Amino acid sequence: MNGAPRIAPAGTRQLEARIPSGPIPEKWDRCKFDSKLVNPANRRKFTVIIVGTGLAGGAAAATLGEAGYHVLSFCIQDSPRRAHSIAAQGGINAAKNYRNDGDSVTRLFYDTVKGGDYRAREANVHRLAEVSVSIIDQCVAQGVPFAREYGGLLDNRSFGGAQVSRTFYARGQTGQQLLLGAYQAMMRQVGAGTVKMFPRYEMLDVVVVDGRARGIIARNLVTGTIERFQADAVLLATGGYGNAYFLSTNAVNSNATAIWRAYKRGALFANPCFTQIHPTCIPVSGDHQSKLTLMSESLRNDGRVWVPHAAGDRRPAAQIPEGERDYYLERRYPAFGNLVPRDVASRAAKAVCDEGRGVGETGLSVYLDFAESIGRLGEDVIRERYGNLFQMYEKITDENPYKAPMRIYPAIHYTMGGLWVDYNLMSTIPGLFVLGEANFSDHGANRLGASALMQGLADGYFVAPATLPNYLAGASLPKVGADHDAFREAEASVTKKIDRLLSVKGRTTPREIHRTLGKLLWDNVGMGRTEPKLNDALARIPHLREEFWATVSVPGSGAEMSQVLEYAGRVADYLELGELIALDALERRESCGGHFREEYQTPDNEALRDDESFTHVAAWEYAGDGALPVRNVEPLAFESVKPSQRSYK
Amino acid sequence: MANMNLTLQVWRQGGSFGDGRMVPYDAADVSPDMSFLEMLDVVNERLIAAGEPPIVFDSDCREGICGMCSLVVNGVPHGPDRGSTVCQLHMRRFKDGDTITIEPWRAAAFPVRRDLVVDRGAFDRLIASGGYVSVNTGSAPDGNAIPIPKDLAEAAMDAAACIGCGACVAACKNASASLFVGAKVSQLALLPQGHPERAARARAMVALMDNLGFGNCSNEAECEAVCPKEISIATIARMRREYIRALVTGAGR
Repeated sequence: MNGAPRIAPAGTRQLEARIPSGPIPEKWDRCKFDSKLVNPANRRKFTVIIVGTGLAGGAAAATLGEAGYHVLSFCIQDSPRRAHSIAAQGGINAAKNYRNDGDSVTRLFYDTVKGGDYRAREANVHRLAEVSVSIIDQCVAQGVPFAREYGGLLDNRSFGGAQVSRTFYARGQTGQQLLLGAYQAMMRQVGAGTVKMFPRYEMLDVVVVDGRARGIIARNLVTGTIERFQADAVLLATGGYGNAYFLSTNAVNSNATAIWRAYKRGALFANPCFTQIHPTCIPVSGDHQSKLTLMSESLRNDGRVWVPHAAGDRRPAAQIPEGERDYYLERRYPAFGNLVPRDVASRAAKAVCDEGRGVGETGLSVYLDFAESIGRLGEDVIRERYGNLFQMYEKITDENPYKAPMRIYPAIHYTMGGLWVDYNLMSTIPGLFVLGEANFSDHGANRLGASALMQGLADGYFVAPATLPNYLAGASLPKVGADHDAFREAEASVTKKIDRLLSVKGRTTPREIHRTLGKLLWDNVGMGRTEPKLNDALARIPHLREEFWATVSVPGSGAEMSQVLEYAGRVADYLELGELIALDALERRESCGGHFREEYQTPDNEALRDDESFTHVAAWEYAGDGALPVRNVEPLAFESVKPSQRSYK
Repeated sequence: MANMNLTLQVWRQGGSFGDGRMVPYDAADVSPDMSFLEMLDVVNERLIAAGEPPIVFDSDCREGICGMCSLVVNGVPHGPDRGSTVCQLHMRRFKDGDTITIEPWRAAAFPVRRDLVVDRGAFDRLIASGGYVSVNTGSAPDGNAIPIPKDLAEAAMDAAACIGCGACVAACKNASASLFVGAKVSQLALLPQGHPERAARARAMVALMDNLGFGNCSNEAECEAVCPKEISIATIARMRREYIRALVTGAGR
């Protein structure tokens, strides 16, 4: 492509997306109607493993349990209620049009396809928009305390990338409340005996028997024992891989191990370079930093982003007169202003900092200023809307955002890429389904705000429970015992890896190497990517990997609770995944959404897509350790939304 | 503020430490901008580099919402800041030369698994006994079918903010789970969606609380003082009203 030399072999694999035929608004109905069903009396005979208990995994466990399947649910935390979905702040989108402001399923579909910079699968996105309305109904019925108006009806706020108000919220704790709704529904099934919960278990391999996913190998994180679990299907809902970058807004235990091990068992990994950098995070304060804290995008409803006009202006914010402030988002994007999508806002922040106009000690931050809205609405209204976020900000920075503007900077937040799935959410390993952030399916090259919660719950409550029965009813699934060779082989490979980690006995901590990898990825595979920087990353990551395996220190044994062993295993996987992210970024010779190649931009510095060469999903196939993975392609067709240069002006 | 040198007294239990004891550690060159858990990370980094087993403690989101972190700092669950989890505590709250004691939650219903890590599975069992609304996926009416007055919705949200960390239990001299159960019973009793099951819920959750080894509430309000989400003990009063209402009316048996 473009005459440039290819370094990754091109695959010839035909990826069957299994998109139903017919007009786009009828596809989901048609899929459900064409699906084979499992008789209620037969459902308990099927065992379904679900890994992860966030919005996608928790909702799927609850729903499949209610339907009568025998569900085994696994999470690494001490309780399923702690999955990282809980940290989502701002809200969840739904095409309810309660505001009567012109919203509809079609508009949510359109906004999401456009927001994803025309790199998502249209049929999946339309389905997402369709089920969004049922999600809100379901959550309200569960007792989720959404914000309401004085008349008692549900309130909405606006969010980036949309000109309608379609975001439902529960203060700044929307993810928490939605997750608790799913968790409670799942615990109800635990009480009813349909769901069996395995907290503090980490999946370390997926077991494939006769070409189908038939179980997992998991480590009991309390005792250290390696255990085998058999099932008729395996659902991964283990979240994204943002922590490959070391500093991200993800929880510290969020990791890529489950999807990475599935990749190495034959599941294709799609668009790994589509990573989202969130524009409003609290800036880094020092080397000790263990994670970055997000300030919800909803703040951009009432906060104005600015930097000084002059480079090197070190005066405190209060001393910079109005005329010397550059509200650069409002200036560059008058139609959307401070509510441009995340990728656009992040790049704009980087651009002003690169010009030397960044603020704070490091010059790597911009102001998010509430003075104008506090003046207009009063401090009480702002406190009601964002009280907990302001409190969180003050705790971390020791600065009062009611008095002085917040300082924010972009950080890795979400990964649009993930395991490749067909329309039914099944990966290239039959019987292995992937839900939520762990799959690649709905957000294209950029996710709009308040859409992650929507997708997690759509996959968990509505999509997987409708598509899984079709697989179970149509597949031949003879009983597989725990002593099957495939289980024995998978367990042996897991044990071997753990033993190897324990036996190095070096002097470098897993975190030191993770921090080095993260910085390399952030600098070279972050907001501005270039061919030399990507090649540099590809040259350096293998050395880092060698260093890890030669010098890592993992004290203690594997036969006990050992957080350092858990962490070392995850870092070992990041050291492989990081390379795939860089390779995918190198091969995608265009800019789109969160993937910004500096070589490909418009004269006014916007992302320049190459639709002719890259209107496709890159689905990477593992080809063995040391071999370059194979780049397969799923072409994307845009029949309902015509791709255009995204404009938020 | 300059960097600090501190002494930690940390509870170590399990593995090579046997039944449990306090072990001293030096925390040198601690920046006031570090969070408390980042300070522990730095101590652990030194231990790991030296080939010694690091201090095991729970944490995940590190922004005060997941409820995973659970340390008693100088005798207070989550440490000295009000309305805050220990992951939100920053070292600027301490001064050079301080000795800091760090212990796990102490409660019969929360057994220690290793060092500072406890098992809070009892909270999950409480939720499984009734802390939900029985509504299967797909059977919900329109979200705006039942208007809910704003003040009720806000009061329900106040109770729903509980993160399930267990600090309330750790602070209580009886190791009572009343604030945790009171918060969930209140949230669902305030909302119309929770009404059909309110009596059965109160009965089941209160009964199980006793069976799991949590103590009774004797109105010390220690729980409210340490709750990172500042959940009010008024939720305990509501739980009692719900329970008595169920007993008196005979509902929910």
